[in-house]
Amino acid sequence: MNKINNIRDEFPILNRKINNEPLVYLDNAATSQIPISVQNVMREFEQTARSNVHRSVDTLGNIATAKYEESRNLVKELINAPSQNDIIFTSGATESLNMIAFTLGNKIIEKGDEIVITIMEHHSNIIPWQQLARKKQASLKYIELCDNGELDLADARTKITDKTKIVAVTHASNVLGVINPVGEISQIAHQHDAIMVVDGAQAVGHFPVDVQKLDADFYAFSGHKIFGPTGTGILYGKQKLLKKMPPYRFGGEMIAHVTRANATWAQIPQKFEAGTPNYTGVIGLGAAIEFLNQIGIKNIQVKEKELVKYVLPKIENIPGITVYGPKEWAKHTGVISINLAGIHPHDVATAFDELGVEVRAGHHCAEPLMTDLGITATVRASFDFYNTKADADALINAIKQTEDFFNEFR
Amino acid sequence: MNLDRLKLLYKDIILEQANNPQNTGRIRNPTNETNVYNPSCGDKLHFTCTLDKNKKITAIAFEGEGCSISQASASMMTQVVKGKSTKQAIELSKIFSDMAMGKKHSQEDLEKLGDAQVLINIMQFPARIKCATLSWWALDRMLLGEKRDKKND
Repeated sequence: MNKINNIRDEFPILNRKINNEPLVYLDNAATSQIPISVQNVMREFEQTARSNVHRSVDTLGNIATAKYEESRNLVKELINAPSQNDIIFTSGATESLNMIAFTLGNKIIEKGDEIVITIMEHHSNIIPWQQLARKKQASLKYIELCDNGELDLADARTKITDKTKIVAVTHASNVLGVINPVGEISQIAHQHDAIMVVDGAQAVGHFPVDVQKLDADFYAFSGHKIFGPTGTGILYGKQKLLKKMPPYRFGGEMIAHVTRANATWAQIPQKFEAGTPNYTGVIGLGAAIEFLNQIGIKNIQVKEKELVKYVLPKIENIPGITVYGPKEWAKHTGVISINLAGIHPHDVATAFDELGVEVRAGHHCAEPLMTDLGITATVRASFDFYNTKADADALINAIKQTEDFFNEFR
Repeated sequence: MNLDRLKLLYKDIILEQANNPQNTGRIRNPTNETNVYNPSCGDKLHFTCTLDKNKKITAIAFEGEGCSISQASASMMTQVVKGKSTKQAIELSKIFSDMAMGKKHSQEDLEKLGDAQVLINIMQFPARIKCATLSWWALDRMLLGEKRDKKND
């Protein structure tokens, strides 16, 4: 755990000030910070070995390809995929999810079929399915929440039927901070021969993820939320499904042969990686995974739990606070969404910002969930392992000062 | 650590207006109306107004949800444009939007904004400029039609 305590030195941004106050970075669910070691790997690659991948016999091209493919192997190990050929590099979780919807989804969904998602999904795991359902005259169904803010598994059993072809569920909510029982939902989906898609954007990097244990057919996540660069993402897919999946984009590197009239496709995963990929980003993503491995995902999970155990009861004790999602710290990830009675989330976030506390205020790209909760927005503080109890105290203090400031005028 | 600087933005009058906004609700049989939405925060406002035959704003109202800045701004905007001609109202909108962007205006021009000129410090809080300009954008849209949108982007 000492490694964790000294780890803030790896993130120089954490030493900066915001409005003359020390930065308290609590917007990790939106994007996590990037360690120096990851930046160094990318810079070194750019300075010493920059070259395109997979298309050359020269030394530089070979180095670049080897490093790029090493990242694929690191991703495979991170999520315990059966093979590195099950890993497709994308620009982010959004592209990963769109890719499934518009290739395999487009191929298999027919009029009258059902796609089942949950009401807590991020727009990136709603709109691709919504568009697909509209185009195919299929129906889009939502699994609802229980009163305690957790997903209603009984409702999942009702909503998923023999007409269901695809089930798409977030592993951990970016608003409610709840972890969904995706393993159990996978089982239900498979009992009805449906494909199970998991959005892991808020899960990977926070707790161990094993795609085989979850029996997920597809698993999507982003590099920039796991200490890697932006513009990197992953789509894991089971080989038997990737074989059925048509290409997403056409162009260089994704072909086997091209004639005047036709083309055939490269092997998986190259078939899904048309064009020059974000190779420096992917190499940085590999470095980010090595960084995660050095610290240990389990250590990260323990540290985040400690922070939530410390801060959540304190938040709940402040008068006038509504906490969304589960009330028990043990069921919470580092994502905590709140509202302060009578104070709009944007006013709250501006006040927090004055105190150096960076949080997100808004609908968090989950408007259907907001509508169901009867609100338009929340204030979201999201902790990562490099946050401290001092950060938690700063948040508590910011909440109290903000309440005092605005309540003076009532 | 304290919130002193915040008083630059949240002057007493803004919080009073936000807590007790004027001209709320809907005008019956309006001649003009519009909906505006700020997708970054989810604020939704609906504006209605009545123009007489001389294109004077005889009644104006707004309803909807928003932060203190957007509620106060809508309240102050409706108060200052009520009774003005369409042309005068559009001129005020231009002055307000320039002010919010930090462009120089004569004191005389700023005075024309009435209470709304207290939002002059909004430019020091760049993330909140949209909250203040949302209702003035709505005014443009309501009076000039949606063609004007591009100009406001």
